[in-house]
Amino acid sequence: MTTTPERTPATPGAVDLVTVTIDGVNVAVPKGTLVIRAAEQVGIAIPRFCDHPLLEPVGACRQCLVDVPDAGNGRGLPKPQASCTLEVADGMVVNTQATSGVADKAQQGVMELLLINHPLDCPVCDKGGECPLQNQAMSNGRGDSRFEGVKRTFPKPIHLSPQVLLDRERCIVCQRCTRFAEQIPGDPFIALVERGAQQQIGIAEDAPFLSYFAGNTIQICPVGALTSEAYRFRSRPFDLVSVPSVAEHDACGSAIRVDHRRGKVMRRLAGDDPEVNEEWITDKDRFAFTYATAPDRLTYPQVRDTDGSLRPASWPEALAVAARGLAAARDSAERPGVGVLPGGRVTAEDAYAYATFARVALGTNDVDFRARPLSAEETDFLGSHVVLTGPGGGGVTQADLESARTVVLAGLEPEDEAGAIFLRLRKAVRSARSRTTVLTLAPYLTRGSAKLHARLVPTAPGDEAGALDGLADRAEELAGAPLGPTDVLLVGERLATSPGALSAAVRLAEATGARLAWVPRRAGDRGAIETGCLPTLLPGGRPVADAAARVDAAAAWGVTTLPERPGRDAEQIVAAVAAGELAGLVVGGVDPADLPDPAAFRAALERAEFVVSLELRATEVTAHADVVLPVAAVAEKAGMFVTWEGRPRPFPTVLAGTNRLPDSRVLAGIAEELGRPLGFRTVAEVRDQMEALGAWDGDRAAARPVPARPVPAAASGAAGAGGGRSTDGHRLATWKQLLDLGSLQDGDPALRASMRPAVVRVGTATYEALGRPAQVRVTGSRGAVELPCVHEPTLVDGTVWVPTRSAGRGVLADLAAPGERVHVEVAP
Amino acid sequence: MSIPPLTPVLTDNWDAERSWTLDSYAERGGYDALDVAFGMAPDEVVAAVKDAGLRGRGGAGFPTGMKWGFIPQDPSAPGGDKPKYLVVNADESEPGTCKDIPLMMASPHTLVEGVILASYAIRAHHAFIYVRGEVLHVVRRLQRAVQEAYLAGHLGRDIHGSGYDLDLVVHAGAGAYICGEETALLDSLEGRRGQPRLRPPFPAVAGLYASPTVINNVESIASVPAIIRNGADWFASLGTEKSKGFVIYSLSGHVRNPGQYEAPLGITLRELIDLAGGIREGHRLKFWTPGGSSTPLLTEEHLDVPLDYESVGGAGSMLGTRALQIFDETVSVVRCVLRWTEFYKHESCGKCTPCREGTWWLVQTLARLDAGQGEEGDIEKLLDLCDNILGRSFCALGDGATSPITSAIRYFRDEFEAAMHTPTSVSFPPAASTAWSDAAATAGVGA
Repeated sequence: MTTTPERTPATPGAVDLVTVTIDGVNVAVPKGTLVIRAAEQVGIAIPRFCDHPLLEPVGACRQCLVDVPDAGNGRGLPKPQASCTLEVADGMVVNTQATSGVADKAQQGVMELLLINHPLDCPVCDKGGECPLQNQAMSNGRGDSRFEGVKRTFPKPIHLSPQVLLDRERCIVCQRCTRFAEQIPGDPFIALVERGAQQQIGIAEDAPFLSYFAGNTIQICPVGALTSEAYRFRSRPFDLVSVPSVAEHDACGSAIRVDHRRGKVMRRLAGDDPEVNEEWITDKDRFAFTYATAPDRLTYPQVRDTDGSLRPASWPEALAVAARGLAAARDSAERPGVGVLPGGRVTAEDAYAYATFARVALGTNDVDFRARPLSAEETDFLGSHVVLTGPGGGGVTQADLESARTVVLAGLEPEDEAGAIFLRLRKAVRSARSRTTVLTLAPYLTRGSAKLHARLVPTAPGDEAGALDGLADRAEELAGAPLGPTDVLLVGERLATSPGALSAAVRLAEATGARLAWVPRRAGDRGAIETGCLPTLLPGGRPVADAAARVDAAAAWGVTTLPERPGRDAEQIVAAVAAGELAGLVVGGVDPADLPDPAAFRAALERAEFVVSLELRATEVTAHADVVLPVAAVAEKAGMFVTWEGRPRPFPTVLAGTNRLPDSRVLAGIAEELGRPLGFRTVAEVRDQMEALGAWDGDRAAARPVPARPVPAAASGAAGAGGGRSTDGHRLATWKQLLDLGSLQDGDPALRASMRPAVVRVGTATYEALGRPAQVRVTGSRGAVELPCVHEPTLVDGTVWVPTRSAGRGVLADLAAPGERVHVEVAP
Repeated sequence: MSIPPLTPVLTDNWDAERSWTLDSYAERGGYDALDVAFGMAPDEVVAAVKDAGLRGRGGAGFPTGMKWGFIPQDPSAPGGDKPKYLVVNADESEPGTCKDIPLMMASPHTLVEGVILASYAIRAHHAFIYVRGEVLHVVRRLQRAVQEAYLAGHLGRDIHGSGYDLDLVVHAGAGAYICGEETALLDSLEGRRGQPRLRPPFPAVAGLYASPTVINNVESIASVPAIIRNGADWFASLGTEKSKGFVIYSLSGHVRNPGQYEAPLGITLRELIDLAGGIREGHRLKFWTPGGSSTPLLTEEHLDVPLDYESVGGAGSMLGTRALQIFDETVSVVRCVLRWTEFYKHESCGKCTPCREGTWWLVQTLARLDAGQGEEGDIEKLLDLCDNILGRSFCALGDGATSPITSAIRYFRDEFEAAMHTPTSVSFPPAASTAWSDAAATAGVGA
């Protein structure tokens, strides 16, 4: 990490304050504050529809009219003013509906007008009961309407996208949705069409509202005009119980609100966490929750019977069988040992339980949360530059992204892999104050990068180290200024597959003073690092190699010694099992298709003597397991995710009384059967033990820098070879799109239909050389895929891009490893 | 009473042979003002227009020279480092208004010359004429005039050897009344949906493409060549003390000779009607609009109000675009107001609630009155609705929609009351208002 934890001037020293009088109450607010916000400061709620604090003012609905008898210059404003567009001035006097008859009448007049063409179908409207129009019509409207005429009508709802429906009759065209789409994610696929009372929200014929953030429009719609296919007509707000929680689909830790009814989650909404996601979440965070109620959800423990089939078992029996089998594997004569693969979806508490279970119950450091391509360089990097960093200790935060002058992205596609980062960067680049520039080291300029107005540093997979090394000199040319302490370098977990890249990132940060942060994809990844789910780290960032650190942990766990040798990483564990060196496996939420080599993992499952699977649903792992232990989904347990920033985000149990056990409870049960209790049973007890153990205050393991792999001649810059080049030997660039075939997105057909289609992207030379094909076949070391071909002019020549998990069993199982050479040809 | 002399300046060449051609325009000294202006500093041109007292002819009457002076020329001022633009608002769409379109039909070069002078004054190198799309014949004449001006060296690089460059683009709108609102016009010109923008920032600082922009009415810009040619004093000597110069009055409706009458500001309707040959034979004036349907209507009692900005304002209306629509006693004011309100409902852009929903409602209530099915309380409701729209809407369109209704009720409340039981088609048979009504009556048609 760089040694400059100084905060950027995000907190400007002196704020110019102006004093205004609202309904007779004086309030001092920063210059430039809108009257409607200033009124909130003194507890006066002015009714509003189009106004939204995170959107630019528009002044369309006119509901927030107030009287301004003194504009601060001694003169009053002749007409009522929209308080959502009027900035305060020193000495201004504002009278709202509470004290001004003019303002009150103006507001009641607007409200009456808003309702004349509104269907007033509240009894059958999803929004009824939580509707700003309904509520404010009650609080600031007339008792009844004087309108005696004919209402404007439209045919009932139309689909803006597979997920989002629009009921145009209910719409009051406040433009919150269109402004959101344009300003926040930069997806202006919805716009106003027609005019007058016929004005409505519309889409172009061939361009549905396919934004990864479309669901937010439903939430900010102040009427029931926008509804989701998933929730429409499913429930009434007043029947729902709301619990604040944290989204489990990426490492951002976005706040959500989970609404459930009779033991079933009905919907999820964005929570308000200004430090993390503000008020926005991705559609994945919003709609992907039905995996927990999938028909193949495991509901009871199973053990492998003598005839080889799985049979139901009681919990005590299953735990006993698991303990017996693991003890045998641990103490096996010819291939002693058990590897632990918790996966990246775990809560911090569950991760801690896995880490503890491995050390205490199995006596091994063979534990690794990474169920994806990884490297030893990354293992080192996580121990030396990631663990224990956080907002309190000068770590990079979401807010830092907003105030940074330059943000460099390497191996990270925020729109696909970290939605909250993407939105924060959008905000930063749109802000006139920070004028942030984004540089992205990527194989091509993605749509997400284009929306960040990012400058592309064309980088073929594997060349990231060289590109990062070059950036120290090129940043000024690319971003207008050399990198410095106000700048941020965000590296994604995919850099693990690029030898030397993480070392180069560290070098770049140290050379320029730019601040470095690592962004994983899964919600549990960062927590798993902090809690010791790595072969080299014990909980609290304690290096396995450090005797004092081991003593620390052993004392807390009440054991005399801990294994001294750093363990195997996930890839080595799989290899060791497959090679007959390890006998057993404990596997958490791991999808074989995500692993560096799915085939190798399948082989390991076959070869393992004893496999314990802790899972939600039936998978390939449970099919091979000797003991299958059903565990609680996120909504069914309390826990905590640690965000990529290192920020803890705890959440309570949403669905109480399901009797489902978190991984930690299951592991504790096995450990007790093994005669090596872990010292906790409940999540609260896990937390107590984690807190008691605390963070390591000793030295960190030093990273061993890995040199960049020499860049082959056919790399990024050498596109000059032109169309004559063979289509052989393309390097495979790949990452997961936000919405794909991931199993946590199962069960919502509308969400899956919003997925971006699986395509192969090729550069100009390849596209031309192949004769502009519609469909191509890509062949690699592990198989071949056939997908539509898209010409991507910015794609680095000699590379080909395929989404990791959008078709078939995914790239890792069906095609090749990231960065490997693949062959592209026209589909036969 | 003597008939005051007309002062044909803008309209002077309208009767010339092929007046819209460059040859015809040049014959009368066209484009001579350019050389006068190029001999002056741009600021001197601004000063001349200021001194002349030219006020905006688009309706609001804002001093044109002052508007030009708002353009930041100091590079350190906000927007000062950006290019400047002149945009001519030729989206003439106000009901009753027909001055810019005839002007551009008859003498497009007057406008083009004015554009060059104004652009020079504000140091713009790009100018746009945003012309209403429906008037295709005008669009074509303008395009040809611009082409002729380019060919003759009045536009393009190094105009008249002055070193001054100017490109002029004629842009046809898509026919929306709202695009006559200057910020909606800018959005439309930029290729967006034409809806009024939030102000501030004002166009003078961040207008077209977020750069300093002057938006002037056709007639304002067309008045500039005469000011430069004849001097500010000459212009200021015409009109009244605060409303200087000459304007085009467009008389339509029940007068013998409707048309465009160019006269100094301050002339009265009585004088103009005399010039137009009087009210239709056998009829008398009932009500009129001074400046299009968005200006509160006036009656016979206002015949002697000087038609300048201040006096018409003093009479409770606005000079507006000087679209004098004359209605005689055969016209139902309720029906007339309904027609205007239908226009506003059709043209409301939809952005803000009061205008969008209010016009929808107003039409329905007025339609019932028109059908003789009004109800007790309808008049009060109309007035209250207008009160909830006027000054509450986003731009002036909503305000304008209320003007005919409130002023009609002020002067003709009894007609609205009668409409609660008698359809206007009975109290005011529509045929009687038509040009052939007398013939029809004598022939017994419809009797």
